[in-house]
Amino acid sequence: MSEAAAVAPAPALTTTPRGHAADRAFAWSARGAGLLVMALVTLIGLFLLWQAVPSLQANEASFLTSREWDLNATTPRFGVADLLWTTVTASVWAMMLAVPLGVCVALFITQYAPDWLRTPAAALVDLLAAVPSIVYGLWGLIVLRPVVAPVETWIAHTFGWFPLFAPTPITGGTIFFIGVVLAVMILPIVTAISREVFAATPAPHQEAALALGATRWEMIRTAVLPYGRPGVVSAAMLALGRALGETIAVTFIVSTLAPGSAFTASLFNGGETFASRIANNAAEFDSPRKTGAFIAAGLVLFVLTFVVNAIARVVVDRRKAFTE
Amino acid sequence: MVFSAVGILAATVTLSACGSDNTTGSTAAPNGKTVGSQANCAPGTLRAEGSSAQKNAIEAAITSYQRGCDQATINYNPSGSGAGIKNFVAGQVDFAGSDSALKTDEAAAAAKTCGSPAWNLPMVTGPIAIAYRLQGVSVLTLDAATAARIFSGEITTWNDPAIAALNTGVTLPATPIRVFFRSDESGTTDNFTKYLKAAAGSAATLEPGKKWSGKVGEGKEKSAGVAAAVKGQEGGVTYVEWSYATQNGLGIAAIDTGSGPVALNSANVGAMVATAAQVGTGNDLALKLDYATKAKNAYPINLVTYEIVCSVYQDKAKGALVKAFLTHFASASVQAGLEKQGYAPLPAEVSTKVAAAIAAIG
Repeated sequence: MSEAAAVAPAPALTTTPRGHAADRAFAWSARGAGLLVMALVTLIGLFLLWQAVPSLQANEASFLTSREWDLNATTPRFGVADLLWTTVTASVWAMMLAVPLGVCVALFITQYAPDWLRTPAAALVDLLAAVPSIVYGLWGLIVLRPVVAPVETWIAHTFGWFPLFAPTPITGGTIFFIGVVLAVMILPIVTAISREVFAATPAPHQEAALALGATRWEMIRTAVLPYGRPGVVSAAMLALGRALGETIAVTFIVSTLAPGSAFTASLFNGGETFASRIANNAAEFDSPRKTGAFIAAGLVLFVLTFVVNAIARVVVDRRKAFTE
Repeated sequence: MVFSAVGILAATVTLSACGSDNTTGSTAAPNGKTVGSQANCAPGTLRAEGSSAQKNAIEAAITSYQRGCDQATINYNPSGSGAGIKNFVAGQVDFAGSDSALKTDEAAAAAKTCGSPAWNLPMVTGPIAIAYRLQGVSVLTLDAATAARIFSGEITTWNDPAIAALNTGVTLPATPIRVFFRSDESGTTDNFTKYLKAAAGSAATLEPGKKWSGKVGEGKEKSAGVAAAVKGQEGGVTYVEWSYATQNGLGIAAIDTGSGPVALNSANVGAMVATAAQVGTGNDLALKLDYATKAKNAYPINLVTYEIVCSVYQDKAKGALVKAFLTHFASASVQAGLEKQGYAPLPAEVSTKVAAAIAAIG
């Protein structure tokens, strides 16, 4: 007994310094991982900037406002106005479709679905995220296009007086259609995050609302939605980031505009996003100046995504202050 | 379920369309042993890079070559002509594939790397089809001026008098014309617009170049994209490599060059390449295609891709390998087999010169 008691403290004494070493090692590796990511993002930004600057200096057109993209001439002229327009409108349109739908799906799964359905339904929606984006491109073009095309024709016919819905001769990959496909692609992001936050709504809040005589919908409106709002906002911003950068599906579907065509604000026009133009032309990066022009476009996308994420942070932080 | 199965099937087809059009190599299988020129069949690895337009052709040639010469490995990276030339000049690859011959400054840089002049050897002829989809019109004739006006958006319906004049006896519908062009930079666009410029005279308003410069139409990604788009759009028209037009079941316009309509087939393509003038000197066989040719039965819209090699390799073993492989590639049996991939064999006039140049590689 006494022997055992005398022996027992000994390992404790030796583990303490070892514990310190492990502690330090873990702290350093965690710190290292954090710093590595920060360094990586900074270096990517610097790389883009460094590659883009010579081309931007040689550029004869206004980089942010020009619609031209002529890199083969002796003096390159390129601008990202068209790319910016297509990327942002398609992504925003996708958000307008996917966020309300995703929130409804999340509410259904957490509030309305019977218990036995919740897990499989959630898993199915998550599965949408596992589909490779080229498959979305193919599926969009072969299956979804014939469904969406008559809808587009109808809208263009009925609301064609409104600039966003003006009819155009584009037959295939319109901005409208790209938005629809992107919406399907970002739906799982919105749904998964919204589901998590809705499921975390404190039961007392919900029960209190019901006890005060609220209907199911009133309970959701007064207890679940306000509680989940920051989560939904950050889900939407994450989804927007994905939509802005989506490459393969968009490249596959999109109908590029002829370079000399006039600008229209119509959603039924074609266009190229940043990512699709870069991906589509990657095979022909034969000179540093040309590569630099595409990298400059990539830089704009990088900054755009960065800004979107920053806005999301601000919104989430502010909302948090209100709800807590 | 059915839909997704179709989708996946189409995925395989469309994706592989830019790669192998059909299982390549089998055609040259019986010949592989004989044309492999076993005397030169040294073990070793060749690295080549460049034009994606000749990808299917060179892959078929590599497959059949390696069947007869299994210790040799040849890797071709179809990363585009520009990248191929860049890496050839940098000494990263042993030869380059390119849709256009070396420009003067490129030739000088290549000669510096090689320590000897670099040669452009025409190897693969790829005809470009004007492909369309139009219900009830299986035979269509266009000429350069009409084609130029269609692709620049001046002619907007299929029953336009200009088209009707070339197609007496054909009932043309009033379907609107939908132009599809390549949204990526491409040698196909370059050659097609050069053809229009050279052959259509004042009707040609499009600026020749690798990037489409028109004002109308929709751009689609790569050959597979434009071909699929025309297939799915009544009234659609595009310019695309021969194999994509046939595989998608599209109509192919015959071209009236001034001496009657010329259909797209190997013999007519060969006839046009045979009229090309050699602009390189000696064994540098850079060609200047005469797009405006009026020669009888010469199909005018072609793309010739070159293999760009050093005339003397500093590494003798490498030189022997390049020589052996290109001898195989230029051989009549391999060239004849290329037709299955949508290419046309080199005409005799050119292939004898190519064979002589390959024999002279040191």
